[in-house]
Amino acid sequence: MSLATIADREVHVDEEGFMTEYEEWTEGLGEQLARNIGIEMTDAHWKAIRFLREDYLAQGETPTLRRVTNAGGIPTKELFELFPKKPAKKMAYIAGLPKPAGCV
Amino acid sequence: MKRLLVLGAGTAGTMVANKLRPRLPRAVWDVVVVDQEPGHHYQPGYLFIPFGRYRPADVIRPKQKYLHRGVNLMMGEVDLVEPELSQVRLVDGTVIPYDYLVVATGTTPRPDQTPGMDGSGWRTNVFDFYTLEGAAALAERLSSWEGGRLVVHITEMPIKCPVAPLEFAFLADTFFEERGMRDRVDITYVTPLDGAFTKPVAAKRLGGMLEERKIALEPDFYIERVDNERQMIVSYDEREIPYDLLVTVPLNMGADFVARSGMGDDLNYVRVDPGTFLSTKWDNVFALGDAADLPTSKAGSVAHFAAEIFIENFLQYIRGGEMTHRFDGHANCFVESGGGKAMLIDFNYETQPLGGKYPLAVVGPMSLLRETTLNHWGKLGFKWVYWHGLLPGRKLPVPTLMSMAGKTPEIAEIETREKEMTR
Repeated sequence: MSLATIADREVHVDEEGFMTEYEEWTEGLGEQLARNIGIEMTDAHWKAIRFLREDYLAQGETPTLRRVTNAGGIPTKELFELFPKKPAKKMAYIAGLPKPAGCV
Repeated sequence: MKRLLVLGAGTAGTMVANKLRPRLPRAVWDVVVVDQEPGHHYQPGYLFIPFGRYRPADVIRPKQKYLHRGVNLMMGEVDLVEPELSQVRLVDGTVIPYDYLVVATGTTPRPDQTPGMDGSGWRTNVFDFYTLEGAAALAERLSSWEGGRLVVHITEMPIKCPVAPLEFAFLADTFFEERGMRDRVDITYVTPLDGAFTKPVAAKRLGGMLEERKIALEPDFYIERVDNERQMIVSYDEREIPYDLLVTVPLNMGADFVARSGMGDDLNYVRVDPGTFLSTKWDNVFALGDAADLPTSKAGSVAHFAAEIFIENFLQYIRGGEMTHRFDGHANCFVESGGGKAMLIDFNYETQPLGGKYPLAVVGPMSLLRETTLNHWGKLGFKWVYWHGLLPGRKLPVPTLMSMAGKTPEIAEIETREKEMTR
């Protein structure tokens, strides 16, 4: 774990750049994180990111793509348009959450 | 009389019932196992069926025979668990009350969950090999296949035995080589992961093994549908991969009754504490093996190590004590790599598969993350161990928790992947 400066703030990140402290995240930071990976946030993007944040609080783990579609009500196809190629990983990165654990 | 009710007589359910029976006094405890199939399948054997090395009869034995005397096996299909009432309803209307419940109903491939997968090409040029029927049908097809584009595909993680699709690709390479037709077959390995495997060091090693065998890798592929007419798999981001023969691992899901009973996550896996397997909602419900939502591989080895921890904890728990043992996510598996060789991987929740040596009594150290003939014999010999050691509940000479003995950490090899993500 190390410190990184994002949008002029010091935050804790892991070796892949994912934020590790839920409370350190703000929407302003999310916007900067999105820009880091070439994404300009729109309302549609925020709908997904806000779902991720809420679901993480409720379930204690980063939701999978399937869960964002089933419980968050956003079609998988749309998620691929909003967050091209690696939506699960990119959403978690922007939302300041750990990488989804589906990969075991 | 108290009752321990186990749902499922697969690897986890059989082991738990057999290990607990002698340690629970018969005058006080009734141990009941419910299952709907009479045959116990040695599932690791499915892998060898498509290539004609095992026949279906080699991997099935009667479930009853592998349960200790004193364990009551009831045949029936579970309709619903009613955890608030501590009872289970079967489809035929039977109601079974329990004091403690262990859900061990595993995970099942569900081709019906991907549009077109079980369509007109199903078991003609679209096959699975995670069912006995699928593996046998594929053996038939491969025996007369003249070559073309073979696509080996994983729908979504997690899947049972996550190394099996890689093993399938390696064995296919050897199979076509031996038949003198490797030059007439293109093999592509298609995965939703960003590399050949889940953890970085193993992903790199296994990725290299695909390359050596001229097997193309298509990562980050999240399937939307199978187009049977055009013989293509299509991803959500509209990539298309053509096939002549598609060997797919369909979406894996836990049993439907788990969802009906309000016990599961989005894929019907029972939510449990990853250290003790106790349900996060009910204090007399556990889930073991593939049925649980553990953040580790779905594999027989995990079920085995988890069962060892569970038994000791359970005996403390029913006496009102605290459960003092915690599972670390330990998994190990032989990865068959073709040409009479295999490699061995050993890992847990925290430690990814590393290189080095795996200490083992009698046969001597086995090589980790490296292909050897000894590992191949280990893989084949495990079938005997499974029937005669593992299922009967005998203690095997391997540690329950993962050990770092012999392993070589290669943290330096882990590359930062942030850059890769932005591509």
